Amino acid sequence: MSALVEVKNLKTYFSSGRGTVHAVDDVSFSIEKGKTVGLVGESGCGKSTLGRTIIHLTNSTGGQILYEGEDITHPNRKELRALREKMQIIFQDPFSSLNPRLTIQETIQEPLKLSKRYDKQTIEKETNRLMELVGIEERLRNSYPHELDGGRRQRVGIARALALNPQFVVCDEPVSALDVSIQAQILNLLIELQEEIGLTYLFITHDLSVVRHISDTICVMYLGQMVETAPTEEFFEKQYHPYSKALLSAIPTTDLQKDKKRIILKGEITSAINPQPGCRFASRCIYADERCKQPVKLEELGEGHFVACHRAKEVNGMA
Amino acid sequence: MAKKTNKSSTAGLKPGSLKYVWSKVSHNAGAMGGLVIICAIIILSALIPFISPYDYSAIDMSNMYALPSMQHLFGCDELGRDIMTRVLYGARYTLSIGFFSVLISATGGIILGALSGYFGGLVDTAIMRFLDIFQAFPQILLAIALSAVFGSGLDKCILALGLAGMPNFARMMRANILGIRGAEYIEAAASINCTKVRIILKHIIPNAFSPLIVQIAMSIAAAGLQASSLSFVGLGIQAPEPEWGAMLAAGRNFMRDYPHLVIVPGLFIMATVMSFNLIGDAIRDALDPKLKD
Repeated sequence: MSALVEVKNLKTYFSSGRGTVHAVDDVSFSIEKGKTVGLVGESGCGKSTLGRTIIHLTNSTGGQILYEGEDITHPNRKELRALREKMQIIFQDPFSSLNPRLTIQETIQEPLKLSKRYDKQTIEKETNRLMELVGIEERLRNSYPHELDGGRRQRVGIARALALNPQFVVCDEPVSALDVSIQAQILNLLIELQEEIGLTYLFITHDLSVVRHISDTICVMYLGQMVETAPTEEFFEKQYHPYSKALLSAIPTTDLQKDKKRIILKGEITSAINPQPGCRFASRCIYADERCKQPVKLEELGEGHFVACHRAKEVNGMA
Repeated sequence: MAKKTNKSSTAGLKPGSLKYVWSKVSHNAGAMGGLVIICAIIILSALIPFISPYDYSAIDMSNMYALPSMQHLFGCDELGRDIMTRVLYGARYTLSIGFFSVLISATGGIILGALSGYFGGLVDTAIMRFLDIFQAFPQILLAIALSAVFGSGLDKCILALGLAGMPNFARMMRANILGIRGAEYIEAAASINCTKVRIILKHIIPNAFSPLIVQIAMSIAAAGLQASSLSFVGLGIQAPEPEWGAMLAAGRNFMRDYPHLVIVPGLFIMATVMSFNLIGDAIRDALDPKLKD
């Protein structure tokens, strides 16, 4: 298996009135073809920015993005057009991701028309195929987004993203705005599509139970940095980073017998504006000490299990 | 996943589309009344040369200050001119000033506001600060100053009022665009290789435009009123042309003894302004998705 998308030391900074926001700071990871990487983290940790930087909706400040081994960090206009056909995005809010003035058909056909590769008949055929693929009823063709419920709207968003047969899709919290029963439908649709077409996903979410259902690998982000990454099974069995532990302890459980200790985080979130070197989680970490003021790097503690924590070994009794 | 069934007359229509707005406005009694009044004034002012046996500027000393009668339905003014003929001729001025000055201010304002909102940064600052200078003056004062510079006459009056009304449209358009620019469907459009021009024309402007329809309807009324004000102070349309404001200004000297000289043009001004406002109100309600039928 080779990596379809690889990111090396990627940085995305925004300048704001009060300084530089380090939204994504030195992040490296790779996604293998046909696999799903789940990117989790709390609001504002830079997970959406990371996804948008990879598909060039946001400009990167530094680092490298590779697609099938090729450097695509700074594409020219023509290359960018080609790239956007291979890399797509599904948005979080199905109520703001569809233009209220375009019918379902118009929305799905827009990318096909813009690619200028298809004649009228093919566009018609492709539209039918896409609508069937994502499960939108034929009768909704000429409806407007406001006449559809959230689940169907999200299906339209998915159809638009898949119109040009991309290989890589960034799913930016595609189910967090939906009802629980519809969440499952959309998740299953995404899984089916992956099996049918062999899509590769970067699945961004703050919902750990969702990510467990769909991902092969989990990456945990905290304030612009990757703090832990591991294969899904491994991750849910054993987390090494104190932040990941706290995150997992926050999942509600239905098992009354299980004695669960909820780890409640204290302290303030460090600001992502001009952050100090060193572990960004230190100010909220119960294990933090002097060493945590030094910069941290991801370190392999198990098979494919990387952690960025100075005290990971001690804390987990591995020293 | 039951689809919401909507049994009203607007079912299946795109909110904000012309058909949708029409189906709602046509159920609003006030707006329909206003529409009828305006249509009636337009038709009558077009047909007045055929209806009326009098010339709007023909002086008839034997009928000075004549009260309303069968020969002169609205009476005659201080020079014995038939008021009905004059007031309906005047509608041509007032309405065309209203329409065309709003055409100028809406077109100019929408373009400036769209540029300002979409590009932001320096472009935004330059355009908006320039318009701030305009807005520092009360609109009517600005119109008076501009027409004092341009001189009098129909075209100059339209230009002065058009320029004075521009900042309002620019500001509204800019605010709408700022709201839409951040929506995810704009990002989605970029991700499927939409060019900037296409994003502005197809995705931003149609969505930013509908709130402006109301502003346009209301502005026509305001511009008509301002045209009357300009003529009233002697800057807009000049005598003997029968602009409503000019008629008011001339008639006010004889208001005590012959009130019909001011009541008739006054009523026409009031009815026109009110009609446009009623229509504007109805369109605003029709465009507000929060107001369900």
